[in-house]
Amino acid sequence: MATVPTTASAIAEAVASGRVTAREVLEQHLAAIDAREGEIHAFNLVTAEIARARADGIDADVRAGRPVGPLAGVPVAVKDNLCTRGVETTCSSQILRGWKPPYDATVITRLHGAGAVIVGKTNLDEFAMGSSTENSAFGATRNPLDTSRVPGGSSGGSAAAVAAGFSPVSLGSDTGGSIRQPAAMCGIVGVKPTYGTVSRFGLVAYASSLDQIGPFAVTVDDAALLTEVISGRDANDSTSIPAPPMSLRASVGAGVAGMRIGRVTDLPGGAEPEVEAALEAAFASLRAAGAEIVDVRLPSLSYALTAYYLIAPAEASSNLARFDGVRDGLRVGAADTNAMYGATRAAGFGDEVQRRIMLGTYALSAGYYDAYYGKALKVRRLIADDFARAYSEVDAILTPTSPVVAFRFGEKADDPMSMYLCDIYTIPTNLAGHPAMSVPFGTGAHGMPVGIQVLAPALGEQAMFRVGGALEASAGGAA
Amino acid sequence: MSDSTLSSVRATEDQMLPGGWELIVGLEVHVELATRTKLFSGSPNRFGDEPNTNIDPVTLALPGALPVLNRQAVELAMRIGVALNCRIQPCIFHRKNYFYPDMPKAYQISQYDIPLNADGHLDLPSGVRIGVERAHLEEDTGKSTHVGGATGRIHGSDYSLIDFNRAGVSLVEIVSRPDIRTSEQAREYAAELRAIVAAIGASDAKMEEGSMRVDANVSVHKPGTPFGTRCEIKNVNSIRALGRAIDYEARRQIDVIESGGTIRQETRHWDDAEGRTHTLRVKEDADDYRYFPEPDLVPLDPGNDWIEAVRASLPPLPAARRAMLQELTGYDPQSEAVIVAVERGQHGYVKSIADAGGDPVRALIYVTQAFADAGENPTVPPADIAALTLLERDGKLSATQAKTILADIVANGGGDAAAIAAAKGFEAMDNSAVEAMVDEAIAADPDAWAKYCAGEEKAAGAIVGRVMKASKGKADGKVVSAIMQSRRG
Repeated sequence: MATVPTTASAIAEAVASGRVTAREVLEQHLAAIDAREGEIHAFNLVTAEIARARADGIDADVRAGRPVGPLAGVPVAVKDNLCTRGVETTCSSQILRGWKPPYDATVITRLHGAGAVIVGKTNLDEFAMGSSTENSAFGATRNPLDTSRVPGGSSGGSAAAVAAGFSPVSLGSDTGGSIRQPAAMCGIVGVKPTYGTVSRFGLVAYASSLDQIGPFAVTVDDAALLTEVISGRDANDSTSIPAPPMSLRASVGAGVAGMRIGRVTDLPGGAEPEVEAALEAAFASLRAAGAEIVDVRLPSLSYALTAYYLIAPAEASSNLARFDGVRDGLRVGAADTNAMYGATRAAGFGDEVQRRIMLGTYALSAGYYDAYYGKALKVRRLIADDFARAYSEVDAILTPTSPVVAFRFGEKADDPMSMYLCDIYTIPTNLAGHPAMSVPFGTGAHGMPVGIQVLAPALGEQAMFRVGGALEASAGGAA
Repeated sequence: MSDSTLSSVRATEDQMLPGGWELIVGLEVHVELATRTKLFSGSPNRFGDEPNTNIDPVTLALPGALPVLNRQAVELAMRIGVALNCRIQPCIFHRKNYFYPDMPKAYQISQYDIPLNADGHLDLPSGVRIGVERAHLEEDTGKSTHVGGATGRIHGSDYSLIDFNRAGVSLVEIVSRPDIRTSEQAREYAAELRAIVAAIGASDAKMEEGSMRVDANVSVHKPGTPFGTRCEIKNVNSIRALGRAIDYEARRQIDVIESGGTIRQETRHWDDAEGRTHTLRVKEDADDYRYFPEPDLVPLDPGNDWIEAVRASLPPLPAARRAMLQELTGYDPQSEAVIVAVERGQHGYVKSIADAGGDPVRALIYVTQAFADAGENPTVPPADIAALTLLERDGKLSATQAKTILADIVANGGGDAAAIAAAKGFEAMDNSAVEAMVDEAIAADPDAWAKYCAGEEKAAGAIVGRVMKASKGKADGKVVSAIMQSRRG
């Protein structure tokens, strides 16, 4: 068997040129899954047979000289809140168990169009609500770097799949950090693109105004490649920005000479000392690469977490109301319709989902709307204003991705507030709709990886990937 | 909405209810827009199809499905806004959250604080101006059928069936200000609104099919005091029922107050068979709809160019159409013939008959009598009808003969009236011949004649029938009646 390259771009090139077959690439990754999936539980479902048929189809195209896409034969794992036609899509919830969507999400269609081979549906915190993947109704995912620790969340399965070598790249969704935080905890790259650049059609909604689909990859270049493939206007999503797919790969190696990088002087504290140290090392490496480090202030950032935990649950309480037992999914019979709603939803939703539905329902209720939801929207505007002022001074901003490295199972599961604090650095960009990425940079406590977050203004992905590429290039020397 | 600051309209003396009570009514009218597809999805908008055939992932609220706004729905809603003299403005959509089995998302996408159309008015044919607070876009629900149980309602039923064909169909909700002071005005408002939305092609506005639904907010008070507590009346399925329901509800409220009770704010159901309203739900139990801006849609800003294009493309409204026919025929704009012709959109056809040299009055009468199913643009050449009107006007044909020939022309899609008259052997009879026939008929049926002379008008039919038979339909019915009346003295 030919040697299978490790990155997505190299696999696609090798498959397209016929040096290796898509089937060989797939079988090698399926073997890796066989070897460790029992221990990791990255997947809710591995779709080996569908993947084999698709890989064989790509190989037939190559043999026949038909053009193949930029992800030809690249195995991709996708989060189980992305609709896949005819393939069970559960959001790791009992309430959706067994549901097979009659359509593909737009990102799935684009992956197929680019020649990707989808290998399975990855585990997540139920309905993407959580920061550790412990909230899955089907059991937690383990961190491939230390299986006594969580992979982060909510896209923990997609992060673990890449970190374990089950697929070179994967897709997750990020509402408050759900791509970047698990990427940091698993030592890989994770990207949340600008809100509206990647279609949400076929993403089962958690909080519609914050949700954004993005890639996980081992390298910054592969993350850029995936972002290019999945971005671009989609008429099926009214919030989709009317812009062509992004061109990003050239930015990865462009360097940061002359760029102005922001250091947030009033960043909310609480990060582990090793994380703080990694951030300082990251600034030093960028300065060494020719960037100027500029102090910026983001005073409203300290309200971001509070605003997020009003806006996201409020939208979730409405988005998840459709799971009522009337049409699809679980139904628990009862004496009348209202009792059926209650019984179905009590049995079908886990504790964290029920907690957020109640929070959101309360925040939107008559008499409380102005004090909670209305005020949260004002904070959201203040945060956007803060960022706008900062980005008049700098091209990008650096923060830690997570204040902590991957923690042990159960460590935070019974303390929602400390779990919520894991997202303190990632949430502000979701509220602003801006892009952000996490790049592994150094090692923290217990030998676990640290992620550094690069933030950029709306549609500032090129600047973001320049910084991300520079961090990756110097990360080998850090820590 | 029954806030006295929202209406400065006062009832006139003759509009007051007994006991010095003033009636305050505001109407909320839902019209289904005549769009090809639904408000947020590509499923067809068609009434009467097999249940659950016009559905799709958006209609069924499948996870991951997203709404995409229908441009035609916005355009038709803007036409309504222009026709009702509204300000058309940049607007947003909200979610109205509540659980109900025929509401697949468990929220309705509607408009809340910033509607597409605001602050307009509708002038009733009687001359009164009724304020229109807003006319906003929203989606319809599915249709539930509750099987078993006595009431046909969900409580007590054995099971329920849901048809999602209607779910997601485009609606415009038109909310009047509480400016209506009589049940007659309410009927007039509903009828005029129906005529307007039909005339501009926004909706077929059929109350019996539910494509126009009218809810009435009714309260009573003494002038000079704040408005009373209002009740919302639902299930009003015809314009006649609207008048009856308001009259009943006003009487009920006055009786309650005058006997020392107070009115609860509630939603009441009109039972047309019983002729009364009864409590559906009390306001205190009402849902908290938890409105918030719909994050799956972007703000809608139609922009001046589009608004002006809609304004320019609007056809003449019913009031202008009635005025045109009044000018042409001298008929009152509120006369049955004028209203019918305008409702059918056949005012232009009447005009084209007159323009072809026809007699305008007879043109209007013929069109209302013989073109009920011909649509807005009948295919019969106007000149053919014009020729017929002249033959009757000039006494060459009796009204009865003209009617026969008209039916013939309509059935054949046209025809030469004079030639048809000749072929049928029609010629106007002189009056002396008719008089002789009338006398013969009286002699032949003295019983009928005696009853007629005693004032029994129905008995005239027997005599007229004999004359018509004797004249082979050539006698003019009007002439026969006139002769009989003069004989009766």
